[in-house]
Order: sequence, then C-alpha cells, then structure tokens
Amino acid sequence: MARFGMVIDTAKCVGCMDCVVACQTENDVPHGHCRDWIVTEVRGTYPTLEMEIRSERCNHCDNPPCVYCCPTGASHVEPFGKTVQVTANRCIGCKACLAACPYGARFVHPEGYADKCTFCLHRVKEGKDPACVSVCPTRCMHFGDLDDPKSEVNRLLGSRKWHTLLPEAGTKPRIFYLD
Amino acid sequence: MPSPSRRRFLKISAATLGAAAAVPMLQQATPFARAASAGPGTVTTIPTYCEMCFWKCGGIASLRDGKLWKFEGNPLDPMSRGRLCPRGTGAPGNHIDPDRLKRPLIRSGERGQEQWKSVTWGEALDYVAERMKKIAAEHGPESIALWKHGTGSRFFEHVMRAYGCVNKAAPSFAQCRGPRDIGNLLTYGTGLGSPEPTDIANTRCLVLIGTHLGENMHNTQVQEFAEAIGKGATIICVDPRYSTAASKAKHWLPIRPGTDLALVLAWLNVLVKEGLYDKDFVAKHGHGFDKFAAAIAENTPEWAEKETGIAAGVIRETAREMARHRPATLVHPGRRVNWNGDDAQRARAIALLNALLGNWGRQGGIFLAAGMKIAGYPFPKYPEPGKPKVDNPDGRWPFADEEVTTGLREATITGKPYPIKGWVVYAANLIQTLPNEKETIEAIKKLDLLVVVETHPSEIAGWADVVLPDTTFLERHDDFYVGWGRQGWAAMRQPVVAPPDEQKPAWWMAKELANRLGVGAYMPFKDMEEYLAVRCEKSGIDYAKFKREGIVMGPKKPITIEEGAEIAFDTPSKKVEFFSDQLAKAGFDPVPKYTPPEAPPAGFYPLVTGRSPVHTFSRTQTNPLLADLVGENEVWINAATAAKAGLKSGQYVRLKNEDGVVSNRVKVKATQRIRPDTLYMVYGFGHTAKGLRRALNKGASAAQLNTRYKVDPLMGGTSIHRNFVTFEKEA
Amino acid sequence: MLEITSTRHNPFVDPQLHVWGWEIPVYLFFGGMIAGMMILAGIAMLRVARGEDPESFFSVQTPLLGFMLMNVGMLALLLDLSHKLYVWAVYLTFEPLSPMSWGSWVLLVAYGILMASALVRIGDSWPWLTRTFPVVGRLSAALETPSRLRLLAFANIGFGIGLGIYTGILLSAMVARPLWNSAILGPLFLFSGLSAAAAMVHIAVRIFPGRPAPQGLVGGAFAAMWQPLGARAPRAGTENALVRADVGFLGVELVLLALLLLGLVTAGASQIAAAQILISGAYAPAFWGAIVFAGIVLPIALQLLELGHRIPHTVVPALLVLAGGFALRWVLVNAGQASQVLQSASR
Repeated sequence: MARFGMVIDTAKCVGCMDCVVACQTENDVPHGHCRDWIVTEVRGTYPTLEMEIRSERCNHCDNPPCVYCCPTGASHVEPFGKTVQVTANRCIGCKACLAACPYGARFVHPEGYADKCTFCLHRVKEGKDPACVSVCPTRCMHFGDLDDPKSEVNRLLGSRKWHTLLPEAGTKPRIFYLD
Repeated sequence: MPSPSRRRFLKISAATLGAAAAVPMLQQATPFARAASAGPGTVTTIPTYCEMCFWKCGGIASLRDGKLWKFEGNPLDPMSRGRLCPRGTGAPGNHIDPDRLKRPLIRSGERGQEQWKSVTWGEALDYVAERMKKIAAEHGPESIALWKHGTGSRFFEHVMRAYGCVNKAAPSFAQCRGPRDIGNLLTYGTGLGSPEPTDIANTRCLVLIGTHLGENMHNTQVQEFAEAIGKGATIICVDPRYSTAASKAKHWLPIRPGTDLALVLAWLNVLVKEGLYDKDFVAKHGHGFDKFAAAIAENTPEWAEKETGIAAGVIRETAREMARHRPATLVHPGRRVNWNGDDAQRARAIALLNALLGNWGRQGGIFLAAGMKIAGYPFPKYPEPGKPKVDNPDGRWPFADEEVTTGLREATITGKPYPIKGWVVYAANLIQTLPNEKETIEAIKKLDLLVVVETHPSEIAGWADVVLPDTTFLERHDDFYVGWGRQGWAAMRQPVVAPPDEQKPAWWMAKELANRLGVGAYMPFKDMEEYLAVRCEKSGIDYAKFKREGIVMGPKKPITIEEGAEIAFDTPSKKVEFFSDQLAKAGFDPVPKYTPPEAPPAGFYPLVTGRSPVHTFSRTQTNPLLADLVGENEVWINAATAAKAGLKSGQYVRLKNEDGVVSNRVKVKATQRIRPDTLYMVYGFGHTAKGLRRALNKGASAAQLNTRYKVDPLMGGTSIHRNFVTFEKEA
Repeated sequence: MLEITSTRHNPFVDPQLHVWGWEIPVYLFFGGMIAGMMILAGIAMLRVARGEDPESFFSVQTPLLGFMLMNVGMLALLLDLSHKLYVWAVYLTFEPLSPMSWGSWVLLVAYGILMASALVRIGDSWPWLTRTFPVVGRLSAALETPSRLRLLAFANIGFGIGLGIYTGILLSAMVARPLWNSAILGPLFLFSGLSAAAAMVHIAVRIFPGRPAPQGLVGGAFAAMWQPLGARAPRAGTENALVRADVGFLGVELVLLALLLLGLVTAGASQIAAAQILISGAYAPAFWGAIVFAGIVLPIALQLLELGHRIPHTVVPALLVLAGGFALRWVLVNAGQASQVLQSASR
C-alpha cells in the first residue's frame, strides 16, 4: 500500500500562491479559509540575507497527533496512501485536532467540522497529482509514494538535502522541503 | 472498502469527477448553453485563453453542473504549458465578483460623483452614438479618441477607425514596455514585443535588473526561471529590494534606486576593457564599436560604485561571470521599465550589454521569435485619416513608434492641435495608470463625452458619462490571439459561462455601435463564431478542432543560430548600433550617458514599486479569490529605518510626497529585505472608487503619489520612481 | 534575525490559535471539581460503610451536588462543539489514543456512578422524589448496604481520580502546545479539582445548614434547584476537616505548579517561550495574581488562620479557591493555545 508524501523544492518556489488559489477552486475551500499557504522565512541582516519560501499544508504525518486526539475517529488515517483525512459527519467540532496540530494545518469549516488538506485524494484516485502540485508554474512540487524506492519523491530525497517542518514535534511529517 | 471521507468530497468525486474521468478531457468541449442543462454532477470543459493579464495563456475551464468551477492551463498552449499563474487560476473569482458592473449606466450627477441611473443597452448605445455623432459633426471624428488595453478593445478600435477616428493610445507603451522596445529598436532594429523572446530556460547566467520574476507572474518566464534554477544557472539580481528573484541569486546587488544605468555602463566598461566581450559578434555585426568604447571609457566600476552603492569588485566579478557564460548569458530586457524618465537609454545600454555578450539569436540568450499567419477577415478599407494624430505633435518624442498617452491627454487639455472632445476608454483605468491624476481629471473636464467600457466600477468609470459593463474573458468570444514565441501559435477565446447579469461582450457593443454610427458594413458578420470561422476557413484551419482544443500551432522554425537561424538587423546601418547615428542626429546621446538622480530631501525616501503575484495592475483587487490572499499592499521599510522612525510592522501610516499628496493608509512591513534608504510598494491598490467595495481604501495607490514625473525625451515614457515620500503616522 | 511571514489566515487559528473560549475552561473546572467531589465522597462513603460517621453530611449528598454540577459542565462542553448535531459520534467508538475519547466514556460512567451515589440517601435530600416515586426510595434503600456502599465508594474514588487526571491529560497530550505538554498537568488539575471540591462542599455546608426542604412534586423540584442538598445539618468538625483537607490540596497544587514551570524553563526554546507567557507575558497578571496569590497562597493563609482560631470561619477562602481553580483552567487553556512549537532560529 502506498504512503503518499510531497517533496517541495524551495530553490524553485517563488511563493506565487498559485497552489493556494488552485486548492480553493478545486476543493471549494470556503472564502476566508485556506488549506495551504505560503511561508516566507528570511534569515540574516541587510544586506546579508537568505530566504526560504515554502508552500505549506497538512503534513499527513506518520505520527499524526490530530488523529490520536480525535475522540470519534473522524480524523483518521485513510488506508489509501496512508493519508490523514477527516470524515465530516463523524466530527463533533471539539477542535482538539486544531490544537494538536503543530503546523496549524486545520481549521473549522463554516459548517462546523474540522477541515484541511486531503492531498486531493479524489484527484489522486484518478491518477492525477493534487491540484496544488499540478498547477505550480515552477514545478517545484512533487507528489508520490514514499514507500516506493523508485518513486520520483524518493529519487529527489536521495539526491538533495532536505528538511521537514518542526521535526522536534515528533510527528514525522511527510512533506519534505529540498534546501 | 468504504471511503470514509467528507460528504462533499464524496458527492464531487464519485459522481462528478468519476464522470469526467470516463471521457477524455478535450473531447468534452460543449457550448455553455448545453453544459448548463447537463445533468447533476457533470463536468464539462471548454478551452479558452486567459485575459487576467496580457500574457494570454491558454487554459481550460471546467464547469460542474453548468457552474464555473475552475480554470486550468491548457497543456497544448506554449505559454501556460498546462499551468496557469495564480491570477489565471483565480479567474473564476472574476466571474463571481459581486463588485462587477451589472448593467449599463448613464451619469445622473456631476462627473466623478459616481451617481448613475441604470439604462437599457439600447438607451446607452443610442446615447453614445448620438454624442459621438455630435462631436464628429462639430469637430470631426478625429476628436474622439480611444484608450485601450487588452484583446477586447480590438473591435472598438476597428469600428472607431471605420468611423474616422485616428487618435488612440495604450498605457502599455509609455507606461510600461515602451522604453525597452525603443532601446532595442534603436540598437537591433526591432523591439522585443510580448512575450519577450528570452531563452531563460537554457540560459547559463540570468541577469535581472529590477525584473522581479516570481512576483511578476509572466507565466512562461517564471516557469523557465524555475527551470533555469533547476539547471543551476547563475542568477545576478539587481534590485534595491531582496526580491523573490534576489533570494535565488548568486549575486544580489542592492542598488541605489535610479542608478541602474551607471551599473550597466560599468559592466560594459569592464567587458570592453578586459576584452571579455564577443569579439566575433562585434566584428561581424557591430556598428560604431570604437566610438562606443571611447564613450564608456570613463565609466569604470570605481566610478559606478559611488553612484550605485555596489562595490567595484562586485561589479567586476559579476561582469566576468556574465562573460564566462556567454553567449548563454541573458540580461533580461525588463518589461515595465518606465522608472526614471531616461529609460529608453538604459534599455539601450542593456541591449548593448546583451550585444557584447553576443546572445542575439543564441540559445540561452534572445531567440528569434517565430509566429504564424491566420488570414484576416475581409473588411472594407478604412477611410483615409482626415487629420494627423495629436499625441506626438511635430515628433516631439522622435523615437516613439506608438501613441504617447500623456501626449493625447495633453492635447485634450490644450485643445491643440485640435480639440479632443470624446474619450472611449476600454479596460484602461487611466486614474491608476497615467501619472498625475490631476492632469487626467483636467482633461476629462474638457470632454463632451467619456465612455468607459469595463468589467468593474473602476476609478475611471467613476468619471464616465456612460459606463458599458463588459463581460469577463470567460464569458465572451474575442479575436484569436496569434502569438510569437519559440513556435508560432494561435489561441481561441470562447465563452465558458453566461455573464451573470446584463454584461455584454465588447465585440457585440462595437457591432451595435457600428450600426448606430452608420458603419455597420465594417461589422458584417452575425456574431464572433461566424467571424472566427471565416478566418479559419481562409487559413485552412479546422475551426471545430480549434474550438475543441483551444490552440493551433504554427510551423516550427529555427529560432537560434544553433538551430540554423540567420540573424539580420533592421537598423539604418543594418548592424547592431553600438553608436547610434540616428540618436546623434536627433540631438541625443549616441551612446547612453548617465545622469545622477536627484537626491531626496531630508526625511524623504524614493518609492519604488512592483507587482504582487496574485494581482494585475489595478484591476483584480476585488476578485474574491485573489483579494483573500492579498487584500491590501504594504509599504516596505528597512527594519533599521523603521525602528529609527518608530514604526512597527503591521502599523498603518500614510505616505506623503513632495507635492503634499497624502496616500490612503497603508500597512508598514518593517523588513531586512530592502535598502535602508528606499521604500517599496506593490502598485494597483488604494482604490477610491466606491463601487469597488472589496478594495475601497485598502492600501495606498502608487499612482496617486506619482505627481512629479519625467518624460523620456526619446519616446514619451513617463517615470514612476521619481517621487520622494515621507510617512505620516496614523493616529 | 529571523523574519517569518505567512499567508495563512484561518479564523481561530491565525494569527494565534484560539479555538477554545470560555466553554472549555468552565468544563474543565467543573470536571475537575466534580472529580474531587467524587474522591471526597468516596472516602466518606467508605467511612459510612465501615459504620464510622454514618451521618456524614457530605458523604452521600455530595454526589447529588456533583451530579447537578456535571450537567453544567457538560452543557458548557456542548456549547463549545462546532458540529453539535454530530455529538453522538463520540459514543459510536472508543479511540484508545484519544484522551477525549477516554474522557467521554469516563464522563458517562462517572455520570452513572454519581447518579447511583446520589440515590443512596436521596430521600434525605429530596423527600418529595421518594414520596412521589416509591421505586426510587426502594432503590435508594437497596443501595445502602455496606458492600454496595464500598463498591460505590471505590468507583467514586477510581473514576474521580480518572476524571481529575483526564481534565489535565486532555491538554497535556498535545505536543503542539509546549505549555500543556507536561505530565504534571494531570496531577495539577486533579489536586486543583480536589481543593475546589473541598471548597465547594465547604460552601454547601455553610449555605445549607439544615433547613427543611419544601415538599411535594412541584415545590420539591423547585427547592431542589436552589437547595440541592438536603436538610441534614453538618456534624461538628466537618468544616475543620474540609479546611484542613483544602490546605493540603492547595499546598500540593502549589508545588505542582512550581514543578510545571520548572520543567518548562529547563527545557527547549519552545518550552521556555511557553513558560514566559505565564511568568512575564500576556497572562502573567492573571497567573500570579488570580491563580498563585488569590487562588492558592491567600486561601492557605486565611484557612490556617481559621484553623488557629485567629479569624472566624467564613466562605471567603472557599470562594477564593473556586475562583482560583477556574482561573487556573482559564489561564492555562488560553495561554496554552498561545504557545507553540517554535521553528529553530538557525539551520
């Protein structure tokens, strides 16, 4: 069974937010909310600077605190791709998962349930990439099976330096950022 | 295995997308009328080309149950290469934008008061036609001018020309790429046009001077920029701000605003002095090289260091780096380059830099764009112009090869050489586009008729006598876009959804107006389908297939010397003019010369401007999808400067220029990412039109602060970076 | 220098997590207090079962008060849920890794235990009920055997401890919130709950010193609302016992609070930043003023003076303890949401 993850090349990402807009239209994300977003991190003092731009979203962690804390099983690990998903009609809206996520990846949908990135499973099931990946003008995002040693994501992870977000939180995130 | 997913997810994926997956996407092109009556959970797709900006990428719109769902890149299109930029992706937001103009309006109060009565299309067009006829009768049809931007203006221009109008102007020349095209025209005998034929994908060294790829989302270029990064190209970025592109650069040169020409001259100097330039290219294709070399002999890196703030060593190092990779070194010619009022000469210096690198017609340099031909529609001939154009009297700007906007505005104010009494403005928000809005308003006050054709109640619409609500590009036919690039192609614009209210497509308005003006013979077709089909038929293009696929490719031709292309130069000397005799003859510097910019008064800072990746000009700020991401602009201030001024990030200030013009309040972004002596702002915000509810008073307008502008003596370009501003703290 | 900007702008998440307002602190406060009351009641019931102090005021009537307060807490919890119509989903599953799932089931059982315990002497408190429904009286009598009382007592103590610790674990399980992510939170909330329980019962002792309860179905039900506990007067010494217990609980609570902070400030940057929110940040006035001083130190001092007969017995210390107990939940819930795992400044 696959274990989906993403590899994002920060050297190429320009932070144009296309991934955010594509997610909004693809998934009817309610106005004023976002399932993915852009973080810009600047280090240094003028004029000696470094900047990393990242497209961020749910990390579909191997060790997902949001799933662990969910009292109803609404937040669960979907067998397909071992992705973290929310079943709206099992969610009671306790918001524990929002507090449990160190990445702030979740929000409360105006209809009351917890919502977040699904890795566009509906597209993936059709053999397509998630909307954010397939729209990216810089082609900096790569989606694939981390359990498949021959997958493009694994090839990239093997060939470049990378980091994940807040590894100290122990969540084992599955979005990898190439330096 | 049951899929324990969200309800909506199930609804969409199982029914809708499942159905879509069953049929290959491109075979589903259906006119929107049929799509609208399709059964529940049906997805239909229609290709069209985008008009969220001027790049005109090919895309495919998806409708879900007849409602516009999303807009994605067309894989067949060479511009989008299957991927749109955030504005294109956000195009459905334009369709649903509640701030759109809904029906024709005729002014009921004073001009500029934005008081209207709604009228029928018949009433509105009758009104326009009567006024136009009256102006034509009193002053001649030449006294009605067209301001235009974008594809939709095509038939307005056509009908007005048929009616005898000669005056028109587009801000895309003097307020944007004009200086660059003239600089290149004077050097190479051709402007670069749009899209620029830059082989960014294959370049080994990319030099960006103020060009903020990634923030300006010129789609193909951004895609190729990322490709170049992926291939390890060296990037040299010149910008007072640590732009996105600067963060990808090996060398970031935080230059003092307004001194770019000094840097370019110093680079030329190093390449010549150290003999690093392409001697074969210069020997074979150069004209006046020795005189050029002599003219720049004093422009040493040490000299430039004092002007630009860039260390002489860095200037030398970067020049050598460029030379190392030539001819696959590309100095990007820029696009919106009207910064200082001497921009054509700077653009020419950049053209000369590219010439020294010998990258003309070379892989990784500037390629020779290829096009394709689609036969025109057999229109009757236009009448002979009755009077000359007014925008460039006596060749005041001798090298302007398009109309000068401020010239047309000035003629409207002065009434010389003859009165301009009517303006038809198509999709050009002149208040935010032209410098010094006072002059624009002064000109408007001289008019007997101001017609504004717009999708949104923009500032210029607020001044109109008649407002004609346009459809968005997703709701209309337009003429083909026949593009120049690595391979010629043509793109189809066709309606995807019906307009939500009484909006009408521009071609329909032009046709109705033509009938009322007695020039209906110039619009002989029933509708655009007929017009487009005729053009296809005459060109041997399968119209049905074109409709289905959205893109037709032209013939493949060699575009670089490597591929077998030959280069020639259409200058007077038929060579690359290092020394320009025609400039000398007209009394200008035959080799670009640097003039230092004025220093700001104490407490004032130069304000430079740029773009947000999710907005185009001043026209997308009410788009709900895009405004949600960037709803207002920020003024960037170096963190140390901000601390000294007692300003914090997130705090609101107003900007005041030397003429006492005070902006709307704007958020401070205190950051390391900018020179301590420079401010930066994305332009297009600070809307004052009441109808733009989502954007009203959000952020500050850079255009409003642009009261002291310089005009490029070569071609009439107007500066936007020559204003100094200071802060006023918000109470 | 580290400059971080984000385009994320989700309500209740940005710029800072704030998903829980007043409801969850109220719920946690009542939950903790009820847990404490169950433990106190359990201990008293053991004594009753052993034949010691069969007339104990708070032994068998405390559960009734607890049962009623439980409804308040549960109402607050329900009000917090944003997808209320689906609340039943909690009881369709048991999620062993979810403290909240444990809590939901513990609450359900605690509800039953409280109800059964309340039934033991329901006739004393609400004579109208047993009179109107004789079956209740029979049930009540059936429960009051030593063995059944012992069983109930152990259930009260066991689930009381469980419930008390759960209110802390609920928060401490969240790695993403460094302020909460401490094993001390469970015991801290348990002892805070115990001190609040002692204070609550103390107040009940003071307010309901054996007034006759109205009779009849309507009058009785009304009376039950404003006078939930029965007409039985507390025995002499009850108050002192409660006060002594309370001082003990508060002392432990103070030590646990100190340990919580100590644990944070000696850990990583995220934990230090989290501790600073309490020590010197936005919640410092509430933390030092309402929790440490007014909620713990002052009541300890006052109660010691009471025990030493320097000042008369009043409900003032008990009220302070209750306010402090609520402040503890309110501050920790809010400050915890403001704490986050920080991106390390260097890479």
